[in-house]
Amino acid sequence: MSHYVRRAWIVVWKDVLSERRSKESLNALVFFSLLLLFVFQFALGPERAKVETALPGLLWLGFVLAGLLAFGRTFLVERENDCWEGLVLAPGDKSAIYLGKLAGNVLLMAVVEAVLVLLFALFFNLDFTSALPGLMLVLALGTLGLAAVGTLFGAITAQLRARELLFPVLLLPAAVPVLLASVSATQTVLLGEPLADAAAWLKLLAAADLVYLVIGVLTFEFVLEG
Amino acid sequence: MIATGPDAVREQTPPLPASDLVVEATHLRKRYGLTSALEEVSLSLEAGCGLTLLGPNGTGKSTLLRILATLLRPTSGALRITGLDALKEPAAVRGAIDMVGHGTWIYEDLTAIENLRFWSVMGGHDAARARLRAALESVELDTVAECRARIFSAGMKRRLALARVLLGRARLLLLDEPFTGLDRAGRKWLGEFLMSFKARGGAFVVATHSFDAGLGVADRIAILAGGRLALDRPTTELGHDDLRRLYDDLALGPGVAS
Repeated sequence: MSHYVRRAWIVVWKDVLSERRSKESLNALVFFSLLLLFVFQFALGPERAKVETALPGLLWLGFVLAGLLAFGRTFLVERENDCWEGLVLAPGDKSAIYLGKLAGNVLLMAVVEAVLVLLFALFFNLDFTSALPGLMLVLALGTLGLAAVGTLFGAITAQLRARELLFPVLLLPAAVPVLLASVSATQTVLLGEPLADAAAWLKLLAAADLVYLVIGVLTFEFVLEG
Repeated sequence: MIATGPDAVREQTPPLPASDLVVEATHLRKRYGLTSALEEVSLSLEAGCGLTLLGPNGTGKSTLLRILATLLRPTSGALRITGLDALKEPAAVRGAIDMVGHGTWIYEDLTAIENLRFWSVMGGHDAARARLRAALESVELDTVAECRARIFSAGMKRRLALARVLLGRARLLLLDEPFTGLDRAGRKWLGEFLMSFKARGGAFVVATHSFDAGLGVADRIAILAGGRLALDRPTTELGHDDLRRLYDDLALGPGVAS
């Protein structure tokens, strides 16, 4: 295994292990998801047509709000005990750290999304079985884009005093292309239409993912240096 | 008592290559707006040499260490580490630098051995379990190797940070208040480690308030006062009383000293 891959892998290993033990982010995110669903239930009522129309937007609203909580915390653990200094002084390409952090965030979001989809199905009595393969593709592409930009902005704002305020202000406008494409593609999938009908949105998602990933890899060293 | 000597771990890494100057700092200045943290600080450090940095709080010791570590850019001046321009090519010299600052670089939810594994891989070093265990044994943390760092005392965290240093191949070691929180055995071990580090061609800078510890490990003593280097002298020329008198005069001012 190359040094680059080993360094990216050890960052994922460290973040996943820390989260598995502390469960700080996961507990908060699952509780937050439950809260969100109660609010949606009250707002939409039992009318099934209303729920089905709003479902793609509601799903992604849940994912984005959970992402705001998760990505904002990603680099805060590095501020404790000045671990950030150690990352700066570590030799080699710093983008390995970014990719490791990104992979950790994607894993965390995958767990939260699985819980949210399951809860939506239970709360609103929905059946996602037939749409599941297409939905998983859209979720994977959308989550990657959201996490790519969220991880980078998480690193930028971790060093700022007003990070809680600045993080959503920076992230949400930057994530608009990902969100628009994800909501539209999700709607197509949930309506039971063929995936080919959402091809344009999926291409936009893939392109946005690529752009955000490349920007993250190229700029992370400067972000880490402050 | 410390059971294992520091060389037990380091002997598995190749000896440090001999060279001339490890640090060449010239006219370093650091300003934060109108406030000056460092003024015209010049110092050099040869391979196999240790420097103790003394000075009251807020005189720029930590700032100087952070500049030498390439974590902070000076406002002006030049800095060469192992012969390379550290201001133009910080990434090129970082593999040669290790540091234990005010922060210990410890992840609280990882165990002691997991922390060492993480930093060994990040530093590109051998992360074999036996080597990590030997490092923990050296600092007497082998019995808590599988315990989470969250339960460690400040002294144990300091020892764990030193175990991390032990696994590296740094040529320049920067330590900020390393004796703080260590018991007598830990201080003795640290002294031995620094001596062995020097003997292998490494150079270190230790910022401390402890005169005895500083005199015991270093070849030179420097005093920072008001951001300026007020004294840089071999320890062979200074006894404890001389150093105390000079420190009082230079760092605190004659009026305060009397």
